[in-house]
Amino acid sequence: MSLLSDLVNLNLSDTTKQIIAEYIWIGGSGMDIRSKARTLPGPVTDPSKLPKWNYDGSSTGQAAGDDSEVILYPQAIFRDPFRRGNNILVMCDAYTPAGNPIPTNKRHNAAKIFSNSKVASEEPWYGIEQEYTLMQKGVNWPIGWPVGGFPGPQGPYYCGVGADKAIGRDIVDAHYKACLYAGISISGVNGEVMPGQWEFQVGPVEGISAGDQVWIARFLLERITEISGVNVSFDPKPVPGDWNGAGAHCNYSTKTMRNTEGLAVIKKAIEKLQVKHKQHIAAYGEGNERRLTGKHETADINTFSWGVANRGASVRVGRDTEKEGKGYFEDRRPASNMDPYVVTSMIAETTILG
Amino acid sequence: MAQILAASPTCQMKLTKPSPIASSKLWSSVMLKQKKQNSSKLRSFKVMALQSDNSTINRVESLLNLDTKPFTDRIIAEYIWIGGSGIDLRSKSRTLEKPVEDPSELPKWNYDGSSTGQAPGEDSEVILYPQAIFRDPFRGGGNILVICDTYTPAGEPIPTNKRARAAEIFSNKKVNEEIPWFGIEQEYTLLQPNVNWPLGWPVGAYPGPQGPYYCGVGAEKSWGRDISDAHYKACLYAGINISGTNGEVMPGQWEFQVGPSVGIEAGDHVWCARYLLERITEQAGVVLTLDPKPIEGDWNGAGCHTNYSTKSMREEGGFDVIKKAILNLSLRHMEHISAYGEGNERRLTGKHETASIDQFSWGVANRGCSIRVGRDTEKKGKGYLEDRRPASNMDPYIVTSLLAETTLLWEPTLEAEALAAQKLSLKV
Repeated sequence: MSLLSDLVNLNLSDTTKQIIAEYIWIGGSGMDIRSKARTLPGPVTDPSKLPKWNYDGSSTGQAAGDDSEVILYPQAIFRDPFRRGNNILVMCDAYTPAGNPIPTNKRHNAAKIFSNSKVASEEPWYGIEQEYTLMQKGVNWPIGWPVGGFPGPQGPYYCGVGADKAIGRDIVDAHYKACLYAGISISGVNGEVMPGQWEFQVGPVEGISAGDQVWIARFLLERITEISGVNVSFDPKPVPGDWNGAGAHCNYSTKTMRNTEGLAVIKKAIEKLQVKHKQHIAAYGEGNERRLTGKHETADINTFSWGVANRGASVRVGRDTEKEGKGYFEDRRPASNMDPYVVTSMIAETTILG
Repeated sequence: MAQILAASPTCQMKLTKPSPIASSKLWSSVMLKQKKQNSSKLRSFKVMALQSDNSTINRVESLLNLDTKPFTDRIIAEYIWIGGSGIDLRSKSRTLEKPVEDPSELPKWNYDGSSTGQAPGEDSEVILYPQAIFRDPFRGGGNILVICDTYTPAGEPIPTNKRARAAEIFSNKKVNEEIPWFGIEQEYTLLQPNVNWPLGWPVGAYPGPQGPYYCGVGAEKSWGRDISDAHYKACLYAGINISGTNGEVMPGQWEFQVGPSVGIEAGDHVWCARYLLERITEQAGVVLTLDPKPIEGDWNGAGCHTNYSTKSMREEGGFDVIKKAILNLSLRHMEHISAYGEGNERRLTGKHETASIDQFSWGVANRGCSIRVGRDTEKKGKGYLEDRRPASNMDPYIVTSLLAETTLLWEPTLEAEALAAQKLSLKV
């Protein structure tokens, strides 16, 4: 037992310059994260210095058996909090051997939008509030909930403390430090309204990095829950009834919104979002209609609304922003299982290029 | 620093006295650190924070204890506030770019007041003003805990914010000059999860009557010491003015004392100590209650006796100042009682070392009185008084500031004073 532990925590820097790189990509469902590791001859800090790699796409629903190779292009490097030392995590996206992004690769299009000069000059910032639910293994019921029954109604759990109110904090706190170590701009965590549900926020991050960082944060969360023997669910409405759903609210601002008279720019942007409401909703996550009911601090899925400090609206503008006449706004529509590459680039496209 | 919460295997509590209903599984609940090979025995008792199937390697623990200092200047700040019921603690954390020494350097923040019963959904932002910083014993390093109070966006304290008014009273010149000291004795009861019955008690039945448990030691007399001891060190680490702990008269009940603290600090330190206690019980899988009378019948309640002195009480001739203070307090008995905690009438019965709730009384070394003055104070002619009326669920901001207000800022009419002096046989 202790021998395994010693081996996992071996510090290799004393004996070799070689490092381990964990290549991470998104699988065929658009929500499953995959990874495998390889040895590199020495430390690397620049993704362009990393070799391309490939994997068996027929095992992830991304290629046919007789032409199964999918190519991994390294895009971003983070420190590995499990292996430590000089070992790294590498966020990748997936291409055919001919060099075209495969259909499930949403990063490629997002990167194009973010390198458009109009978008790039606006320096779009994102703050993403990822909610998630921890589930008991085997029974698909949230942790801490009696199997076959329900806990007391919502009220005491939001930011709560105590054994009868906060369940799973160790996972959340371990994840917080792991993200800080890895180099992710994690800005905070809190316990959510439904017991067993938590949230972490990543941001402010500019452009394409927002998507990279959220995906790596999700990877770290899945690794930590794997160790803890718990399942993490990104389903937007894990328990039907009088229980909150899980969202991924996206806070957004551009350079002009952050400067004087920014509030007018914000209002214009919100109007553009209103016009494209249906297109955005279609891209904001599967199953969102079970969550956006108009109750439980959501806006109804068919109606677009916005308001200051209003948590029942599609888009919320903070009181600070209103007071200072500049700032950012919060799109509360995306579900917890949204793809951050899609959501961030779509908001930029609609508000800057639309 | 989370290591301080890991109990050594010798701390595992086992029931030695056979009881028809209890089983050894009950006592596992006080183990703070899972013994790796015994994880199957603990499975029925959820240590809700963490349970690992692959318990051979506990890698989450190494992440929790990760020292991030070599890799980043950033620290984590846990902002703590009091929710809508006046006794529920809430917290959430944020990353700061670098370490901070003074609360004034911390940014204001906000939270969803509609989820804590403190704001409506369509205007939900409640603003957090940082007021006091403590070191975080769970995250270690340069990470901090921040005690906050709550305001509307317009800058008004919301109705449940009792600190704002207390801070005003403590900055009053007359009060400030008297340098009011407070020593607060927080009693609390530990309950088994899910059954709402005290820790160590057989479910559906009672332990032997009170007598052996006060400051007791031994597996049949002391239940939950790991929590009390872990909390003691956590408070010292955090920078809280904790002055002592002891096992209480009812089994499963404990006490810690915070003080002497000056003015508004008393409230900040007690609330932070309460937060640390809930975090520790959360990890231990035990429920904390601050109810003033958790078990009806011949069982002690839980109070929050408040020891109090001013500069004049601590100097020569102080005993007379103390008597005048007691006189003032006797004339405002009902105002104080109504602010001393919900449900106190179940506790202040006149029995179990309490005074009856409708009667004001005082005495030297008398634990059956509303106010007790120690023998030392009487002998030296100076010292402090102990207000025994507050319940364990009192708000320390309210109690401390009300004591200061009644004894330093409020004056009775001369007739009322004379009558009271006679009634209490106080020569003032």
